Amino acid sequence: MQKKIIKSSIILLIIFIIGVFFVGLNKSSIYDTKNLVGKKISKIQLEHFAENRIITENDLKKNDFTLINFWASWCGPCREEHPILIKLNDEKNLKLLGVNFKDKKSNALAFLKDLGDPYDDLARDELGKHSINFGIYGIPESILINKNLVIIKKFIGPISKNDYDDIKNIVR
Amino acid sequence: MRTKVIIFFILINFNVVNATTFSIDSNKILKNLRCLVCQGQSVADSNSDFAQTIKIVVKDQINEGKSEKEIYDFLIEKYGEWIVYKPPFNKVNFVLWLFPYIALVSGGVIIFLFFKKRDNH
Amino acid sequence: MLSNIGNTLLFLNILLGISIIYFSFQNLKNNKVIISKNIYHICLFQSTFIIICFFTLVTAFIVSDFSIITVYQNSHSLKPFLYKVTGTWGNHEGSLLLWVIILTIFSFLFLLYNKHHAKNYRIYSLIVQNVLILGFLFFLLFNSNPFSIILPIPKEGLGLNPILQDPALAIHPPLLYIGFVGSSIYFSAAIASLLTNYSGKLFAKSIKTWVLVSWTFQTLGILAGSIWAYYELGWGGFWFWDPVENASLLPWFAMSALLHSLIVLEKRNLLYFWVIILCLLTFILSVTGTFLVRSGILNSVHTFANDPSRGIYILIFLSLMIFVSVLLFFNKFKNSSYNLSSNSKETFILINNWFMIFYLITVLIGTVYPIFTEVLTDHKVSVGPPFYNTVIIPIIVLFLLFMSVGPQTGWIKNKSYNLNLLFRILIGSIFINFCIVYLFKGYSLLSNFIIISAIFLVISSLIDLYKSYKNLKIDSPRVVSHLAFGFLILFIGINYNFSLEKDFNLKLGEKKNFENYSVEFQDLKLQDFKNYKAVIGEFKINNFKENSNHSLYPEIRIYENPSTITYEASIRSGILKDYYITMSNIDRSDYYNIKFQKKPFMMWIWISVIFISLGGFLRLYKNAKKNY
Repeated sequence: MQKKIIKSSIILLIIFIIGVFFVGLNKSSIYDTKNLVGKKISKIQLEHFAENRIITENDLKKNDFTLINFWASWCGPCREEHPILIKLNDEKNLKLLGVNFKDKKSNALAFLKDLGDPYDDLARDELGKHSINFGIYGIPESILINKNLVIIKKFIGPISKNDYDDIKNIVR
Repeated sequence: MRTKVIIFFILINFNVVNATTFSIDSNKILKNLRCLVCQGQSVADSNSDFAQTIKIVVKDQINEGKSEKEIYDFLIEKYGEWIVYKPPFNKVNFVLWLFPYIALVSGGVIIFLFFKKRDNH
Repeated sequence: MLSNIGNTLLFLNILLGISIIYFSFQNLKNNKVIISKNIYHICLFQSTFIIICFFTLVTAFIVSDFSIITVYQNSHSLKPFLYKVTGTWGNHEGSLLLWVIILTIFSFLFLLYNKHHAKNYRIYSLIVQNVLILGFLFFLLFNSNPFSIILPIPKEGLGLNPILQDPALAIHPPLLYIGFVGSSIYFSAAIASLLTNYSGKLFAKSIKTWVLVSWTFQTLGILAGSIWAYYELGWGGFWFWDPVENASLLPWFAMSALLHSLIVLEKRNLLYFWVIILCLLTFILSVTGTFLVRSGILNSVHTFANDPSRGIYILIFLSLMIFVSVLLFFNKFKNSSYNLSSNSKETFILINNWFMIFYLITVLIGTVYPIFTEVLTDHKVSVGPPFYNTVIIPIIVLFLLFMSVGPQTGWIKNKSYNLNLLFRILIGSIFINFCIVYLFKGYSLLSNFIIISAIFLVISSLIDLYKSYKNLKIDSPRVVSHLAFGFLILFIGINYNFSLEKDFNLKLGEKKNFENYSVEFQDLKLQDFKNYKAVIGEFKINNFKENSNHSLYPEIRIYENPSTITYEASIRSGILKDYYITMSNIDRSDYYNIKFQKKPFMMWIWISVIFISLGGFLRLYKNAKKNY
């Protein structure tokens, strides 16, 4: 009897392991941080682009929703998503905070002059250090937060049309 | 007498042991961090943009006096457990850490019981 | 045309495989003692055709026949000749063809070399092996066909990845496949042995050589991969516990355990069912490894390109193999009475197996754990070097000590140990370690233990080597392998603790000073090569303590087909240490990021592994001499 239990448990274990492998095949092996939502952003200390001040949490708490968009003039996909950012500027409850990432001021300004400036506020992270605080690992990347600085959604890569619709629904 | 000699040598040996410095080792930390945009490289070994940024952040935090664990906790909070190569010892991962040793001990027990039966004959 | 030849041969081999199985069953039913000649003939054709098929693919690569998709995707007319040839197996489809060749040739050779064994045992081995061959042939022909055509015919290939154009990597797959694909033959033999209730001693004699061959080549294959990683990947290490590396290590642990247990089975007819388990386990692990690597289920440095259908096919094949093995084993398992004393060499071999299984379980769990967390908790976790090192290294200390004492233990019932000698060796080891710490620098407590126990094994083995030189009673292959293993751990321990790594940014003309070294960025050149452009830096390394200097030339290579950038390390390998430098540019800056490393005894790490496998070759040679 004891032998039967051992044998059946071994067979069940093998079935379980193979089952996990089957399911695992369908999962992507590429990692992204899209699921890291629901957390609060704590220390925000961003150097303002033009003015001599620091943007902190208090500034962002004033907004119903903020979309923090990390971009740079040397980044190709940033150009792709820029028109959508311009459109998002029309949303009443949404403020856009741009963070210019590892970029030269002159190039950044030229970029905005060329494609338009959708940002309600603009900061710069010259060394890229502060972006780590937001969990950024590439650009373009954007984070949608609410009044309480809780991350609602993360956008890895350029914001697509579908993302635009999602954002519209959330900030209504 | 023999045991005393051995103990003497062991003591000399370990007196000279220069335990690795208690100061924080940035290279060890960087080797434990995964470069998220690379195909299987640590931050220490990668030259990617992301890796270079993380190196700066880690060095800053070390200078601020943060401990190794605090740095890992910070990065795990921002990027998920995927970013550290040494799986943190929590409720889920304890299976990973303990299972090999449980297997080792079980193997030893099996062999021990196996011989106990034989030697008793 | 080549494609048609290839496809025809593959299809023919499927027919041959089926006919082998058919005639084998016929042979089982008849009462003759010997196997009928036509089976030998069909097997010969099978091997011949698959070899021709393989050379057809090689030819396609050599002449750059881009009508064949595999050649188009993995080669280029500008590729050097050697790498066109080796590119044949540097891709998924071609390497699967290599799988089939080894399966087929081993099948035939096993049939030929086992003429003194029972007919039914040999027939069943042939049947099972051919089922495996057919499984892979179907996979090859219908899912991953190396001879698939692409139309219209492209003018040029997409090129082989430049990182893969390396001699060590070229030889790595053939070596490894003789290893873990070769283990298929004793998987089949184990099933045959179960089915025919074959004698344990005879079974051990039958598969002994095959286990040795596969183990020896697996060792060399792993070495080739590590050497490639060291010279090509640019991080200065040789083992990363990457899933692909682990996939080659898992069968090695099983093979090593099997190698040792076979000695007990042959000499004392004990541990038969355990040996069967190990035989089944080795090939199961090989296929599992291939599944993990080719299905894309794991994130790794060197996975092949992803295709979910491959994963599904291999997993189904693997599941069938596992279920058949397990169910047959349960059916045939018999509890037998053993006459084993705890104070015997047999015990130490069991201990070896105990530790090998521990290593196996650790590496297996570490490798597949991320899959489980992702499926069960939707959470991605990384398991990397810190996990494996932390879990395994402390246990190696004990392992080394057992390895030293085991061979000195007698069979059946050990008379006594030369405790005096053991104590003296221990004191000697502690003393040598003390010298190292005193003369150079100290290291962690764990490292002390590792180095002491490694030296213990080295000294014990050297004493054995001396004894074997004086009189012939010592087993020299074993001494060579064990001695080499001791040295390996010793050199790795020293290399780990005395390595120097420095990461800094430098502009052309600048110099960096640290400890007793200076690194000077002396020159920067741009050079054009056949299929890439290179930015070559010249660095002068000055060692003030030894009053020596060396020039190193790291490169940044820009390839066109496919468009990639690689960083070539410049390595100066010396008897005592290697100097290792890589250079990479920093975007939007004049500065270059330089990584300089000093790595002691690297060469000796490679030499140690070569000697470990040399022990295997020595044993094969001695066995052959005994038989003829």
